[in-house]
Amino acid sequence: MSTNREFFYRKIHSLLGVIPLGAFLIVHFMINYQAVNGPEAYNVAAGFMEKLPFLLVMEFVLIYIPILFHGIYGLYIAFQAKHNTSTYSYFRNWMFRLQRISGVITIIFVAWHVWDTRIQKAFGAEVNYDMMANIVDNPLALAAYIISIIAASFHLANGLWSFAVTWGITVSPRSQLIATYVTMGFFIVMSFIGIRAILAFV
Amino acid sequence: MSEKTITLKIKRQKTHDSDPYFETFNIPYRENMNVISALMEIRRNPVNDKGEATTAVAWDSSCLEEVCGACSMVINGKPQQSCSALIDKLEQPIKLEPLNTFPVTRDLVVDRSRMFDSLKRVKAWIPIDGTYDLGPGPRMPEPKRQWAYELSKCMTCGVCLQACPNVNSKSEFIGPAALSQVRLFNAHPTGEMHKAERLETIMDGEGGLTNCGNSQNCVQACPKGIPLTTSIAALNRDTTLQSFKNFFGSDRI
Repeated sequence: MSTNREFFYRKIHSLLGVIPLGAFLIVHFMINYQAVNGPEAYNVAAGFMEKLPFLLVMEFVLIYIPILFHGIYGLYIAFQAKHNTSTYSYFRNWMFRLQRISGVITIIFVAWHVWDTRIQKAFGAEVNYDMMANIVDNPLALAAYIISIIAASFHLANGLWSFAVTWGITVSPRSQLIATYVTMGFFIVMSFIGIRAILAFV
Repeated sequence: MSEKTITLKIKRQKTHDSDPYFETFNIPYRENMNVISALMEIRRNPVNDKGEATTAVAWDSSCLEEVCGACSMVINGKPQQSCSALIDKLEQPIKLEPLNTFPVTRDLVVDRSRMFDSLKRVKAWIPIDGTYDLGPGPRMPEPKRQWAYELSKCMTCGVCLQACPNVNSKSEFIGPAALSQVRLFNAHPTGEMHKAERLETIMDGEGGLTNCGNSQNCVQACPKGIPLTTSIAALNRDTTLQSFKNFFGSDRI
Protein backbone atom coordinates (compact mmCIF):
# COMPACT_ATOMS: atom_id res chain seq x y z
CA MET A 1 0.00 0.00 0.00
CA SER A 2 1.45 3.27 -1.09
CA THR A 3 1.36 6.04 1.48
CA ASN A 4 2.57 9.00 -0.52
CA ARG A 5 0.70 11.46 1.63
CA GLU A 6 3.66 13.79 1.99
CA PHE A 7 4.07 13.92 -1.78
CA PHE A 8 0.37 14.83 -2.05
CA TYR A 9 0.53 17.49 0.68
CA ARG A 10 3.59 19.12 -0.82
CA LYS A 11 2.07 19.19 -4.28
CA ILE A 12 -1.19 20.62 -2.91
CA HIS A 13 0.81 23.20 -0.96
CA SER A 14 2.59 24.23 -4.15
CA LEU A 15 -0.60 24.32 -6.21
CA LEU A 16 -2.66 26.29 -3.68
CA GLY A 17 0.05 28.96 -3.52
CA VAL A 18 -0.61 29.77 -7.17
CA ILE A 19 -4.25 28.76 -7.60
CA PRO A 20 -6.19 30.24 -5.86
CA LEU A 21 -3.91 32.24 -3.54
CA GLY A 22 -1.65 33.81 -6.18
CA ALA A 23 -4.63 34.66 -8.34
CA PHE A 24 -6.42 36.11 -5.32
CA LEU A 25 -3.44 38.31 -4.40
CA ILE A 26 -3.36 39.76 -7.92
CA VAL A 27 -7.12 40.52 -7.84
CA HIS A 28 -6.78 41.98 -4.34
CA PHE A 29 -3.95 44.30 -5.45
CA MET A 30 -5.93 45.37 -8.52
CA ILE A 31 -8.94 46.33 -6.37
CA ASN A 32 -6.63 48.20 -3.99
CA TYR A 33 -5.10 50.06 -6.90
CA GLN A 34 -8.47 51.68 -7.60
CA ALA A 35 -7.71 53.88 -4.57
CA VAL A 36 -5.20 55.69 -6.79
CA ASN A 37 -8.25 57.03 -8.69
CA GLY A 38 -9.77 58.35 -5.48
CA PRO A 39 -12.00 57.11 -2.64
CA GLU A 40 -15.11 56.76 -4.81
CA ALA A 41 -13.40 54.53 -7.35
CA TYR A 42 -12.08 52.34 -4.54
CA ASN A 43 -15.46 52.10 -2.83
CA VAL A 44 -17.11 51.10 -6.11
CA ALA A 45 -14.50 48.37 -6.75
CA ALA A 46 -14.63 47.04 -3.18
CA GLY A 47 -18.41 47.22 -3.22
CA PHE A 48 -18.50 45.18 -6.44
CA MET A 49 -16.50 42.41 -4.76
CA GLU A 50 -18.79 42.47 -1.72
CA LYS A 51 -21.85 42.05 -3.92
CA LEU A 52 -20.57 38.89 -5.64
CA PRO A 53 -22.99 36.00 -5.21
CA PHE A 54 -22.11 33.14 -2.86
CA LEU A 55 -19.48 35.45 -1.36
CA LEU A 56 -19.03 33.58 1.90
CA VAL A 57 -18.67 30.20 0.15
CA MET A 58 -16.16 31.65 -2.28
CA GLU A 59 -14.25 33.27 0.55
CA PHE A 60 -13.94 29.93 2.33
CA VAL A 61 -13.16 27.81 -0.71
CA LEU A 62 -10.89 30.22 -2.54
CA ILE A 63 -9.27 32.09 0.34
CA TYR A 64 -9.62 30.90 3.94
CA ILE A 65 -9.15 27.16 3.55
CA PRO A 66 -6.28 27.42 1.01
CA ILE A 67 -4.53 30.09 3.07
CA LEU A 68 -4.80 28.06 6.28
CA PHE A 69 -3.42 24.96 4.59
CA HIS A 70 -0.69 26.81 2.70
CA GLY A 71 0.22 28.88 5.76
CA ILE A 72 0.26 26.15 8.38
CA TYR A 73 1.95 23.53 6.23
CA GLY A 74 4.29 26.28 5.00
CA LEU A 75 5.31 27.10 8.56
CA TYR A 76 6.10 23.42 9.10
CA ILE A 77 8.27 23.43 5.95
CA ALA A 78 9.92 26.75 6.85
CA PHE A 79 10.99 25.63 10.30
CA GLN A 80 12.37 22.36 8.99
CA ALA A 81 15.16 24.17 7.17
CA LYS A 82 18.53 24.77 8.77
CA HIS A 83 19.70 27.91 7.03
CA ASN A 84 23.32 28.08 5.95
CA THR A 85 23.62 31.23 3.85
CA SER A 86 26.68 32.28 5.89
CA THR A 87 28.60 29.27 4.53
CA TYR A 88 26.91 28.99 1.15
CA SER A 89 26.03 32.53 0.13
CA TYR A 90 24.74 31.54 -3.31
CA PHE A 91 21.89 33.46 -4.90
CA ARG A 92 19.43 30.57 -4.85
CA ASN A 93 20.26 29.74 -1.24
CA TRP A 94 19.38 33.33 -0.31
CA MET A 95 16.15 33.04 -2.26
CA PHE A 96 15.42 29.81 -0.38
CA ARG A 97 15.91 31.66 2.91
CA LEU A 98 13.98 34.78 1.83
CA GLN A 99 11.11 32.59 0.63
CA ARG A 100 10.75 31.25 4.17
CA ILE A 101 11.22 34.65 5.85
CA SER A 102 8.71 36.35 3.54
CA GLY A 103 6.23 33.52 4.07
CA VAL A 104 6.39 33.89 7.85
CA ILE A 105 6.01 37.70 7.60
CA THR A 106 3.05 37.29 5.26
CA ILE A 107 1.18 34.77 7.44
CA ILE A 108 1.60 36.94 10.55
CA PHE A 109 0.47 40.00 8.63
CA VAL A 110 -2.50 38.19 7.11
CA ALA A 111 -3.71 37.13 10.57
CA TRP A 112 -3.68 40.76 11.73
CA HIS A 113 -5.03 42.09 8.43
CA VAL A 114 -8.01 39.69 8.47
CA TRP A 115 -8.73 40.61 12.08
CA ASP A 116 -8.58 44.31 11.27
CA THR A 117 -10.77 44.21 8.17
CA ARG A 118 -12.82 41.07 7.46
CA ILE A 119 -13.58 40.19 11.08
CA GLN A 120 -14.43 43.81 11.90
CA LYS A 121 -16.81 43.67 8.94
CA ALA A 122 -18.44 40.60 10.47
CA PHE A 123 -18.86 42.67 13.67
CA GLY A 124 -20.67 45.32 11.67
CA ALA A 125 -17.97 47.68 10.45
CA GLU A 126 -18.10 48.90 6.87
CA VAL A 127 -15.16 48.06 4.61
CA ASN A 128 -14.44 51.17 2.59
CA TYR A 129 -11.79 53.78 1.83
CA ASP A 130 -12.17 55.43 5.24
CA MET A 131 -11.58 52.17 7.08
CA MET A 132 -8.22 51.69 5.36
CA ALA A 133 -7.34 55.37 5.66
CA ASN A 134 -7.91 55.09 9.42
CA ILE A 135 -5.71 52.01 9.70
CA VAL A 136 -2.75 53.44 7.80
CA ASP A 137 -3.10 56.76 9.62
CA ASN A 138 -0.85 55.08 12.16
CA PRO A 139 2.70 55.20 10.71
CA LEU A 140 3.56 51.84 12.33
CA ALA A 141 0.59 50.20 10.61
CA LEU A 142 1.61 51.80 7.32
CA ALA A 143 5.15 50.45 7.71
CA ALA A 144 3.75 46.99 8.50
CA TYR A 145 1.61 47.17 5.38
CA ILE A 146 4.49 48.22 3.14
CA ILE A 147 6.82 45.51 4.49
CA SER A 148 4.12 42.87 4.15
CA ILE A 149 3.18 43.96 0.62
CA ILE A 150 6.81 43.52 -0.38
CA ALA A 151 7.01 40.18 1.47
CA ALA A 152 3.81 38.82 -0.09
CA SER A 153 4.85 40.00 -3.57
CA PHE A 154 8.24 38.34 -3.19
CA HIS A 155 6.75 35.16 -1.78
CA LEU A 156 4.35 34.86 -4.71
CA ALA A 157 6.93 35.76 -7.37
CA ASN A 158 9.63 33.43 -6.07
CA GLY A 159 6.94 30.87 -5.33
CA LEU A 160 6.04 30.89 -9.01
CA TRP A 161 9.68 30.14 -9.76
CA SER A 162 9.75 27.13 -7.46
CA PHE A 163 6.28 26.08 -8.63
CA ALA A 164 7.71 25.77 -12.12
CA VAL A 165 10.55 23.59 -10.78
CA THR A 166 8.36 21.55 -8.45
CA TRP A 167 5.94 20.56 -11.19
CA GLY A 168 8.72 19.83 -13.64
CA ILE A 169 8.01 22.73 -15.99
CA THR A 170 11.47 24.35 -15.85
CA VAL A 171 14.04 21.56 -15.82
CA SER A 172 17.10 22.95 -17.59
CA PRO A 173 19.36 25.47 -15.82
CA ARG A 174 18.69 27.96 -18.62
CA SER A 175 14.91 27.78 -18.30
CA GLN A 176 15.29 28.18 -14.54
CA LEU A 177 17.49 31.25 -15.04
CA ILE A 178 15.01 32.89 -17.39
CA ALA A 179 12.24 32.03 -14.93
CA THR A 180 14.26 33.88 -12.27
CA TYR A 181 14.33 37.03 -14.42
CA VAL A 182 10.63 36.80 -15.23
CA THR A 183 9.52 36.14 -11.65
CA MET A 184 11.74 38.88 -10.24
CA GLY A 185 10.27 41.29 -12.79
CA PHE A 186 6.86 40.18 -11.56
CA PHE A 187 7.98 40.82 -7.96
CA ILE A 188 8.91 44.41 -8.80
CA VAL A 189 5.64 45.03 -10.65
CA MET A 190 3.54 43.58 -7.82
CA SER A 191 5.44 45.54 -5.17
CA PHE A 192 4.93 48.74 -7.16
CA ILE A 193 1.20 48.16 -7.54
CA GLY A 194 0.79 47.19 -3.91
CA ILE A 195 2.79 50.08 -2.45
CA ARG A 196 1.30 52.71 -4.74
CA ALA A 197 -2.16 51.48 -3.73
CA ILE A 198 -1.50 51.61 0.01
CA LEU A 199 0.04 55.09 -0.30
CA ALA A 200 -3.20 56.24 -1.94
CA PHE A 201 -4.88 55.79 1.47
CA VAL A 202 -2.44 58.13 3.23
CA MET B 1 65.62 22.52 7.62
CA SER B 2 62.69 24.55 6.47
CA GLU B 3 61.30 26.96 9.05
CA LYS B 4 57.94 27.09 7.37
CA THR B 5 55.13 25.36 9.16
CA ILE B 6 51.54 24.49 8.43
CA THR B 7 48.92 25.19 11.09
CA LEU B 8 45.87 22.97 11.23
CA LYS B 9 42.93 23.59 13.50
CA ILE B 10 41.00 20.35 13.79
CA LYS B 11 37.59 19.72 15.28
CA ARG B 12 37.96 16.54 17.29
CA GLN B 13 35.58 14.23 19.02
CA LYS B 14 36.56 11.13 21.00
CA THR B 15 33.41 9.08 20.53
CA HIS B 16 30.16 9.46 18.66
CA ASP B 17 28.42 11.00 21.67
CA SER B 18 31.21 13.00 23.32
CA ASP B 19 31.56 16.77 23.02
CA PRO B 20 33.63 18.11 20.16
CA TYR B 21 36.66 20.35 20.78
CA PHE B 22 39.29 22.05 18.66
CA GLU B 23 42.95 21.09 18.72
CA THR B 24 45.67 22.92 16.81
CA PHE B 25 48.72 21.33 15.25
CA ASN B 26 51.84 22.86 13.69
CA ILE B 27 53.59 20.61 11.25
CA PRO B 28 56.68 21.20 9.08
CA TYR B 29 55.98 22.39 5.55
CA ARG B 30 56.80 20.27 2.56
CA GLU B 31 56.03 21.03 -1.05
CA ASN B 32 52.89 19.74 -2.76
CA MET B 33 51.17 18.51 0.37
CA ASN B 34 47.48 17.77 0.52
CA VAL B 35 45.32 17.64 3.63
CA ILE B 36 45.72 13.85 3.84
CA SER B 37 49.51 14.07 3.89
CA ALA B 38 49.26 16.75 6.59
CA LEU B 39 47.06 14.42 8.65
CA MET B 40 49.63 11.63 8.08
CA GLU B 41 52.29 13.98 9.40
CA ILE B 42 50.22 14.47 12.57
CA ARG B 43 49.82 10.71 12.87
CA ARG B 44 53.61 10.34 12.63
CA ASN B 45 54.10 12.79 15.50
CA PRO B 46 50.86 13.45 17.40
CA VAL B 47 51.90 16.56 19.36
CA ASN B 48 49.64 19.60 19.47
CA ASP B 49 50.69 23.27 19.30
CA LYS B 50 51.20 23.40 23.08
CA GLY B 51 53.79 20.63 22.80
CA GLU B 52 51.52 18.09 24.49
CA ALA B 53 51.43 14.52 23.26
CA THR B 54 47.93 13.64 22.08
CA THR B 55 46.17 10.95 20.13
CA ALA B 56 46.51 10.88 16.36
CA VAL B 57 43.62 12.45 14.48
CA ALA B 58 41.29 9.86 12.97
CA TRP B 59 40.14 10.32 9.39
CA ASP B 60 38.82 8.22 6.58
CA SER B 61 40.31 7.79 3.13
CA SER B 62 40.69 5.20 0.44
CA CYS B 63 41.43 6.00 -3.19
CA LEU B 64 43.35 9.29 -2.73
CA GLU B 65 42.29 10.41 -6.22
CA GLU B 66 38.83 11.89 -5.63
CA VAL B 67 36.78 8.98 -6.83
CA CYS B 68 35.77 7.17 -3.64
CA GLY B 69 34.38 10.03 -1.56
CA ALA B 70 35.58 8.56 1.76
CA CYS B 71 37.88 11.41 2.77
CA SER B 72 35.26 14.17 2.53
CA MET B 73 35.42 16.77 5.30
CA VAL B 74 34.74 20.44 5.83
CA ILE B 75 37.96 22.28 4.98
CA ASN B 76 37.99 25.99 5.78
CA GLY B 77 34.21 25.92 5.86
CA LYS B 78 33.82 24.20 2.50
CA PRO B 79 32.90 20.51 2.27
CA GLN B 80 35.26 18.73 -0.09
CA GLN B 81 37.62 15.78 -0.46
CA SER B 82 40.78 16.11 1.63
CA CYS B 83 42.86 14.14 -0.91
CA SER B 84 42.39 16.79 -3.58
CA ALA B 85 42.60 19.74 -1.15
CA LEU B 86 46.11 21.08 -1.66
CA ILE B 87 47.80 22.80 1.28
CA ASP B 88 49.38 25.46 -0.97
CA LYS B 89 45.93 26.57 -2.07
CA LEU B 90 44.44 26.81 1.42
CA GLU B 91 44.43 29.77 3.74
CA GLN B 92 46.05 29.09 7.11
CA PRO B 93 45.26 28.10 9.78
CA ILE B 94 43.53 25.30 7.91
CA LYS B 95 40.33 24.41 9.70
CA LEU B 96 39.22 20.80 9.41
CA GLU B 97 35.79 19.69 10.58
CA PRO B 98 33.78 16.51 10.01
CA LEU B 99 30.73 16.47 7.70
CA ASN B 100 28.44 17.09 10.65
CA THR B 101 25.23 16.35 8.76
CA PHE B 102 26.21 12.71 9.36
CA PRO B 103 26.80 11.03 12.73
CA VAL B 104 30.45 11.60 13.71
CA THR B 105 32.22 8.36 14.62
CA ARG B 106 35.48 9.94 15.79
CA ASP B 107 37.34 13.15 14.90
CA LEU B 108 36.93 13.54 11.13
CA VAL B 109 35.39 10.11 10.54
CA VAL B 110 31.67 10.13 9.85
CA ASP B 111 29.13 7.41 9.24
CA ARG B 112 27.61 7.85 5.78
CA SER B 113 25.43 4.72 6.06
CA ARG B 114 22.27 6.69 5.42
CA MET B 115 23.50 7.47 1.91
CA PHE B 116 24.12 3.81 1.12
CA ASP B 117 20.76 2.90 2.64
CA SER B 118 19.17 5.49 0.34
CA LEU B 119 20.83 3.90 -2.70
CA LYS B 120 19.40 0.55 -1.64
CA ARG B 121 16.01 2.13 -1.10
CA VAL B 122 15.83 3.58 -4.62
CA LYS B 123 17.36 0.47 -6.23
CA ALA B 124 20.33 2.35 -7.63
CA TRP B 125 21.36 -0.59 -9.76
CA ILE B 126 20.11 -2.54 -12.75
CA PRO B 127 18.32 -5.72 -11.70
CA ILE B 128 19.18 -8.45 -14.19
CA ASP B 129 18.92 -11.56 -12.03
CA GLY B 130 16.26 -14.01 -13.06
CA THR B 131 15.54 -17.69 -13.19
CA TYR B 132 16.86 -17.95 -16.74
CA ASP B 133 19.37 -16.15 -18.92
CA LEU B 134 17.76 -12.90 -20.01
CA GLY B 135 20.26 -12.43 -22.80
CA PRO B 136 21.87 -9.13 -23.74
CA GLY B 137 19.92 -5.98 -22.93
CA PRO B 138 19.07 -3.21 -25.38
CA ARG B 139 21.98 -1.04 -26.48
CA MET B 140 22.35 2.50 -25.24
CA PRO B 141 22.90 5.29 -27.80
CA GLU B 142 26.40 6.73 -27.45
CA PRO B 143 25.30 10.35 -26.81
CA LYS B 144 23.03 9.13 -24.05
CA ARG B 145 25.84 7.05 -22.57
CA GLN B 146 28.06 10.12 -22.49
CA TRP B 147 25.31 12.10 -20.80
CA ALA B 148 24.63 9.33 -18.28
CA TYR B 149 28.35 9.08 -17.53
CA GLU B 150 28.23 12.52 -15.94
CA LEU B 151 25.54 11.33 -13.52
CA SER B 152 27.47 8.14 -12.82
CA LYS B 153 30.40 10.15 -11.45
CA CYS B 154 28.62 10.38 -8.09
CA MET B 155 30.84 8.86 -5.39
CA THR B 156 28.34 9.14 -2.52
CA CYS B 157 30.78 11.52 -0.81
CA GLY B 158 28.07 13.39 1.11
CA VAL B 159 29.13 16.94 0.18
CA CYS B 160 25.70 17.70 -1.33
CA LEU B 161 23.93 16.50 1.81
CA GLN B 162 26.25 18.61 3.95
CA ALA B 163 25.46 21.71 1.86
CA CYS B 164 21.68 21.11 1.76
CA PRO B 165 19.68 23.21 4.26
CA ASN B 166 16.88 20.63 4.17
CA VAL B 167 19.08 17.69 5.17
CA ASN B 168 19.19 17.95 8.95
CA SER B 169 18.00 16.36 12.15
CA LYS B 170 14.51 17.88 11.74
CA SER B 171 13.96 16.42 8.29
CA GLU B 172 14.06 12.98 6.70
CA PHE B 173 15.03 14.31 3.27
CA ILE B 174 16.83 11.66 1.26
CA GLY B 175 19.15 14.28 -0.27
CA PRO B 176 20.28 15.06 -3.81
CA ALA B 177 22.78 12.21 -4.36
CA ALA B 178 20.37 9.27 -4.32
CA LEU B 179 17.76 11.26 -6.27
CA SER B 180 20.19 11.87 -9.09
CA GLN B 181 20.93 8.13 -9.13
CA VAL B 182 17.22 7.50 -9.70
CA ARG B 183 17.47 9.63 -12.81
CA LEU B 184 20.62 7.78 -13.92
CA PHE B 185 19.18 4.28 -13.54
CA ASN B 186 15.82 5.29 -14.99
CA ALA B 187 17.64 6.53 -18.08
CA HIS B 188 19.34 3.18 -18.68
CA PRO B 189 17.49 1.03 -21.24
CA THR B 190 17.37 -1.97 -18.89
CA GLY B 191 17.11 0.05 -15.68
CA GLU B 192 14.11 1.80 -17.20
CA MET B 193 12.11 -1.39 -16.63
CA HIS B 194 11.96 -0.39 -12.95
CA LYS B 195 11.33 3.28 -13.62
CA ALA B 196 7.88 3.45 -12.03
CA GLU B 197 9.07 1.53 -8.97
CA ARG B 198 11.94 3.97 -8.37
CA LEU B 199 9.65 6.96 -8.87
CA GLU B 200 7.14 5.49 -6.43
CA THR B 201 9.93 5.07 -3.89
CA ILE B 202 10.89 8.75 -3.95
CA MET B 203 7.21 9.77 -3.85
CA ASP B 204 6.43 7.43 -0.99
CA GLY B 205 6.55 8.06 2.75
CA GLU B 206 8.51 10.82 4.42
CA GLY B 207 11.61 12.61 3.18
CA GLY B 208 11.14 11.99 -0.52
CA LEU B 209 11.74 14.14 -3.56
CA THR B 210 9.25 16.84 -2.58
CA ASN B 211 11.38 17.73 0.46
CA CYS B 212 13.72 19.58 -1.90
CA GLY B 213 13.40 23.32 -1.26
CA ASN B 214 15.39 24.38 -4.34
CA SER B 215 18.18 26.14 -2.47
CA GLN B 216 20.41 24.60 -5.17
CA ASN B 217 23.45 24.48 -2.90
CA CYS B 218 24.03 20.86 -3.92
CA VAL B 219 24.86 21.63 -7.53
CA GLN B 220 27.28 24.37 -6.42
CA ALA B 221 28.97 22.12 -3.86
CA CYS B 222 29.25 18.90 -5.89
CA PRO B 223 32.97 18.17 -6.47
CA LYS B 224 32.09 16.20 -9.60
CA GLY B 225 29.96 18.91 -11.20
CA ILE B 226 26.93 16.61 -11.41
CA PRO B 227 23.82 18.53 -12.54
CA LEU B 228 21.97 17.60 -9.34
CA THR B 229 19.32 20.31 -9.56
CA THR B 230 18.56 19.38 -13.16
CA SER B 231 18.14 15.79 -12.00
CA ILE B 232 15.77 16.90 -9.25
CA ALA B 233 13.72 19.05 -11.65
CA ALA B 234 13.61 16.20 -14.19
CA LEU B 235 12.39 13.85 -11.45
CA ASN B 236 9.80 16.43 -10.47
CA ARG B 237 8.44 16.17 -13.99
CA ASP B 238 8.58 12.36 -13.96
CA THR B 239 6.90 12.03 -10.56
CA THR B 240 4.23 14.59 -11.50
CA LEU B 241 3.37 12.52 -14.57
CA GLN B 242 3.56 9.33 -12.51
CA SER B 243 1.14 10.76 -9.94
CA PHE B 244 -1.29 11.69 -12.73
CA LYS B 245 -1.02 8.15 -14.09
CA ASN B 246 -1.62 6.74 -10.62
CA PHE B 247 -4.60 8.94 -9.85
CA PHE B 248 -6.38 9.38 -13.15
CA GLY B 249 -5.51 5.92 -14.26
CA SER B 250 -3.26 4.68 -17.03
CA ASP B 251 -0.59 2.07 -17.45
CA ARG B 252 1.59 2.65 -14.46
CA ILE B 253 4.87 1.49 -15.92
